[in-house]
Amino acid sequence: MREITYRQALNEAMEEEMLRDPDVFLIGEEVAEYNGAYKVSQGLLDKFGPKRVLDTPISEAGFAGLGIGAAMVGLRPIVEFMTFSFSLVAFDQVVNNAPNMLTMSGGQFHIPIVFRGPNGPAHQLGATHSHSTESLYSNFPGLKVAVPATARDAKGLLKTAIRDDNPVLVLESELLYNVSSPVEEKEFELLIPLGQAEVKREGQDVTIICYAQTVRMALSAADDLAQHGIRVEVLDLRTIKPLDRETIVHSVSKTHRCVIAEQNKPFCGIGAEIAFQIQRDIFDELDAPILRVAQEEVPMPYNETLEAAVLPSKEKIIEAVYRVCYL
Amino acid sequence: MPATISLENNVAALLSKESELNLLYQMLLIRRFEERASQAYQQQKIGGFCHLYIGQEAVVVGALAATRDDDYIITAYRDHAHAIARGTSLTACMAELFGKATGCSRGLGGSMHFFDRSRNMYGGHAIVGGHIPLATGLAFASQYRGENRCTLCFLGDGAINQGAFHEALNLAALWKLPVLFIVENNLFGMGTHVTRAASVKEIATRAKGYDMPSMIASGMEVRHMRDAVQTALNAIRKKPHPFFMEARTYRYRGHSMSDPATYRTKEELEKYKQEDPITDFKAILLAEGKMDEAQFQELDREAKRLSAEALRFAEESLDPTLADLYKYTFVNGAEK
Repeated sequence: MREITYRQALNEAMEEEMLRDPDVFLIGEEVAEYNGAYKVSQGLLDKFGPKRVLDTPISEAGFAGLGIGAAMVGLRPIVEFMTFSFSLVAFDQVVNNAPNMLTMSGGQFHIPIVFRGPNGPAHQLGATHSHSTESLYSNFPGLKVAVPATARDAKGLLKTAIRDDNPVLVLESELLYNVSSPVEEKEFELLIPLGQAEVKREGQDVTIICYAQTVRMALSAADDLAQHGIRVEVLDLRTIKPLDRETIVHSVSKTHRCVIAEQNKPFCGIGAEIAFQIQRDIFDELDAPILRVAQEEVPMPYNETLEAAVLPSKEKIIEAVYRVCYL
Repeated sequence: MPATISLENNVAALLSKESELNLLYQMLLIRRFEERASQAYQQQKIGGFCHLYIGQEAVVVGALAATRDDDYIITAYRDHAHAIARGTSLTACMAELFGKATGCSRGLGGSMHFFDRSRNMYGGHAIVGGHIPLATGLAFASQYRGENRCTLCFLGDGAINQGAFHEALNLAALWKLPVLFIVENNLFGMGTHVTRAASVKEIATRAKGYDMPSMIASGMEVRHMRDAVQTALNAIRKKPHPFFMEARTYRYRGHSMSDPATYRTKEELEKYKQEDPITDFKAILLAEGKMDEAQFQELDREAKRLSAEALRFAEESLDPTLADLYKYTFVNGAEK
């Protein structure tokens, strides 16, 4: 299989879906003439023209809401947030207008829209630009939340998201844009269903549940731990909502030990929900309390050393694995 | 009981499509419907918030008389009148207030979230200013598809100080979107007078900041509203661009049913009641010989009858079932 970057994978997903469906258009800051702040939309303006690839002013609430309005009458917008930290100034649009419309209208208006862009901490961007918004957005019924970790998942999930008739957030990662991994040839129609986790590495002893940025850390931790005789199963959620409870339950029922590695803050975070569901569903299967590796509970510091101390890491994951093994 | 109740034959005869009696009748329908709703609210048959349009009827009735059926309509939470003026039945509207499955939003939206897709009524939105970007999206879709329909976006004077207002108007002007923004200036954002909320003396001057043509209209005169909106829509259809209109009006009731409106004087209220859009237009039609008193009584009786029927329909309708609870979270059903 060829290897392409996560960035290229997202670009291909948008290109293929725009070729397939004239109702799909891309809108956001710097997506057109600048070719994307992170070059994810490189070349799309040339291919599809200014009618379908639109630069906006710095008006997140304005263009997010415009997208939702257009979706009410059947267009299928892809709204790019330069980062999901900036989606917070469009919060009302994303959490009120997009997911509530179907219910509020008694089923008359569905909103086929994708909000996408980088999410979570990158490198020394400070407190305002480092938000992990997945736990916020996962709290709103009516939104689907995808968190791809690999190029293949990025492409397959984004294509599916664009075809979904509901609002879907595709939370990418700036730190992954340059990472290459295997993806099927362009001729292959790559669609990955929302709500299906994937076991990225099989193991018998401990399950590490992870997503987006923490998948690489977990795989790397698993390599190290294998040398010490601990066989780790790495379970990549791929989508947080809908959550693939079946795959989680299956894996933890096998390993009986679980570490959740997440890139967001711990309080009311993704791991809190998953740990709750595991103990509710398979309490008797657990041989140790579930541990979570998340950010420290502080606003993100700029200083590189302090930032590293806040973030989850391979080392923190390894330590947590030892603890659930009582080692 | 049928969801749609037909007009009495003699009333139907009065309301030929071109007849201005239609304008009067629409205003009466809204007024009588909301009077009934108000009573039902006080009897605790209607829950939540309930914002009445009484006093402002000429704005929406005049405006919608100038639209085509395929034009998109979107408004804020004081929305009963917009649905009624678009033709949504009083039964579906009242049932929605009662939270019944037969309501225009299946009882899931309530007073602030009336929707009627079949009549291009796009809601009913309850976060002040939050629907203005949606209006630009509707207009964007028309432009994208090369259609020449217009979007009418109604908003209150309170909404003009929201960030979403600014972002949406800038985008609409920048991209020359076919949208008419109609500010229903009833002088109060809840209990705060517009002069205590907006930095400009005249709301319409806000449009200048977006290089957008604007107009001030009398929102108490239905003919004036119709003609003003017709002028704006003609201009938009000829060459797509946004247009801004300030409709000066007044609400006789409080901000919502729970508001005693102590922030204004009785004298002020009385002054505006002297300009009542229904009473005034009735007098005009009588003076012009287009209607006699008996015909007026017939129209009013019909509006009252339909409102009473709507109330009965709502009371007799069924609640949505618990089985429907998860049906509308996602378009393809529940998320497991």
